[in-house]
Amino acid sequence: MTTTDAPKAAPPPTGKRRIGDVVFAGLARGSGILILLILAGVAAFLLVQAWPSLLANTSNFLTDQSWNANVRENPSFGVAALAFGTVMAAAIALLLATPVAIGIALFIVYYAPRRLATTLGYLVDLLAAIPSVVYGLWGMMVLAPQLVPVYEGMTKYLGWIPLFAGPASTSARTLLTAGVVLAVMILPIITAMSRDVFHQVPQGHREAALAMGATRWEMIRLAVLPFGKSGIVGGAMLGMGRALGETMAVAMILSPSLAISFNLLQSGNQTIAAHIALQYPEATGYGVSALIAAGLVLFAITLAVNMGARYVVARGNKESA
Amino acid sequence: MAKRIDVSGLHVYYSDFLAVEDVSMTIEPRSVTAFIGSSGCGKSTFLRTLNRMHEVTPGARAEGKVLLDDLDIYGREVDPVMVRSEIGMVFQKANPFPTMSIYDNVIAGARLNNTRMSKSEADELVEESLRGANLWEEVKDRLNKPGSGLSGGQQQRLCIARATAVKPSVLLMDEPCSALDPISTLAIEDLIHKLKEDYTIVIVTHNMQQAARVSDRTAFFNLSAPGKPGKLIEMGETNQIFTRPEKKETENYITGRFG
Repeated sequence: MTTTDAPKAAPPPTGKRRIGDVVFAGLARGSGILILLILAGVAAFLLVQAWPSLLANTSNFLTDQSWNANVRENPSFGVAALAFGTVMAAAIALLLATPVAIGIALFIVYYAPRRLATTLGYLVDLLAAIPSVVYGLWGMMVLAPQLVPVYEGMTKYLGWIPLFAGPASTSARTLLTAGVVLAVMILPIITAMSRDVFHQVPQGHREAALAMGATRWEMIRLAVLPFGKSGIVGGAMLGMGRALGETMAVAMILSPSLAISFNLLQSGNQTIAAHIALQYPEATGYGVSALIAAGLVLFAITLAVNMGARYVVARGNKESA
Repeated sequence: MAKRIDVSGLHVYYSDFLAVEDVSMTIEPRSVTAFIGSSGCGKSTFLRTLNRMHEVTPGARAEGKVLLDDLDIYGREVDPVMVRSEIGMVFQKANPFPTMSIYDNVIAGARLNNTRMSKSEADELVEESLRGANLWEEVKDRLNKPGSGLSGGQQQRLCIARATAVKPSVLLMDEPCSALDPISTLAIEDLIHKLKEDYTIVIVTHNMQQAARVSDRTAFFNLSAPGKPGKLIEMGETNQIFTRPEKKETENYITGRFG
């Protein structure tokens, strides 16, 4: 009798896991596996589809700069010029965007009055919401004509640097213009990542710097930037990932041609993504398969950059923990 | 080197909230002054107004006068950055810069004011400051290791070395031992005894035995009522405050009847 009177006792431990726990664990594990399957599926698709053209290719896929793939027999094409253009455009974008993004993030977190900081934060995020086709139109129709005189000036005064040798393109639809537009496009992600990590700088570190007579800039140099380094690098790498894959804006800005040119002020370079988008509608014969092979290279480059970013961020977190 | 601080009629606000009301006191050079009182009575807030560190908190402001010898630190022309290099601070939680070596931590503040310090000058200053903080013998063989690898007590002494390397005239300490074990606390207290030969020292502490052990003068802060601003109740020789306090509130606090 006494035992039945006891208020609902917890069920004796049976060693069995509860049903909700099992279901949730299963769902979580399933999602994790699914993402791996998707990744593997994309990679497999690219490999399988690219294989025929890679087998039939009469020139070296990795070093050849020409693209004669739209034939039924003996195609000859290579990804070298495209890969070069892709990496170059992304590198320009990164070089231009990172310092500006760090500046914006520092201003938002440490200099701007709170209301202005909030507004500015929203505006920067808004940049990320602009469709890339709009960026392309803007780059092609507004920015490029504006840059023509700038490029002429650069060839005149900086022409001794091979990167800026003349004569400048008269349309300014060059890799540098594409890089500038890409820089604007990746600005929000780098800013957001930097801003987040600047917000996390422990108050103790900042006060330590201020308490020994550091100015605000010195405080940033002593406490904020060392702490935020991994976040900045991570943001920059994620931004670069986006710049590598950007298609529409680049395709609209660059005038189609194909060559490795270190000259940023002349037209001639092309990126993988833009090349695929432009060539695909006219692809015949081995053309489609060859474009997919180019896509495979882009996939590999982007994957490598993103994994590099993850590695840097993870290592930074471990150090500051 | 050590300087006197004269505070008169100081009010501290957080936006519209009056946190500390009408404090006037004199802090003697080459002595240790302890601030005691229950949590939230404004003693740390008041301490931070002495080198304008409260200005780091958004909305915080102080009204009144604080004189460092003859210099009004709230004067119109006075740069808070200059005030803080003259009045150093050590915090409750030891906060060495985590990415910097022990050596770089010590030299960080001094480098701000003197960027063209030679290697030998820097070496000398590091050794002098670490010796001054009773830490030299423990770290001299690993000056290039990160400061975050030291024990809590060593980190706090590293922070004291970092603060003294700037050659301030006053050292403010905000509960410097509250996160430390008794042995490390003793090491810091010994250090405070030694430092008072050269500096004016102000220490906020929750530990009344510590106040009695290290300080020459003690100031007791309390809230006039819950939700009301904190006030300086009484200040005097430490010995007198702990044996013959003038105010009933002080006696209640030090005998543990409240707070």
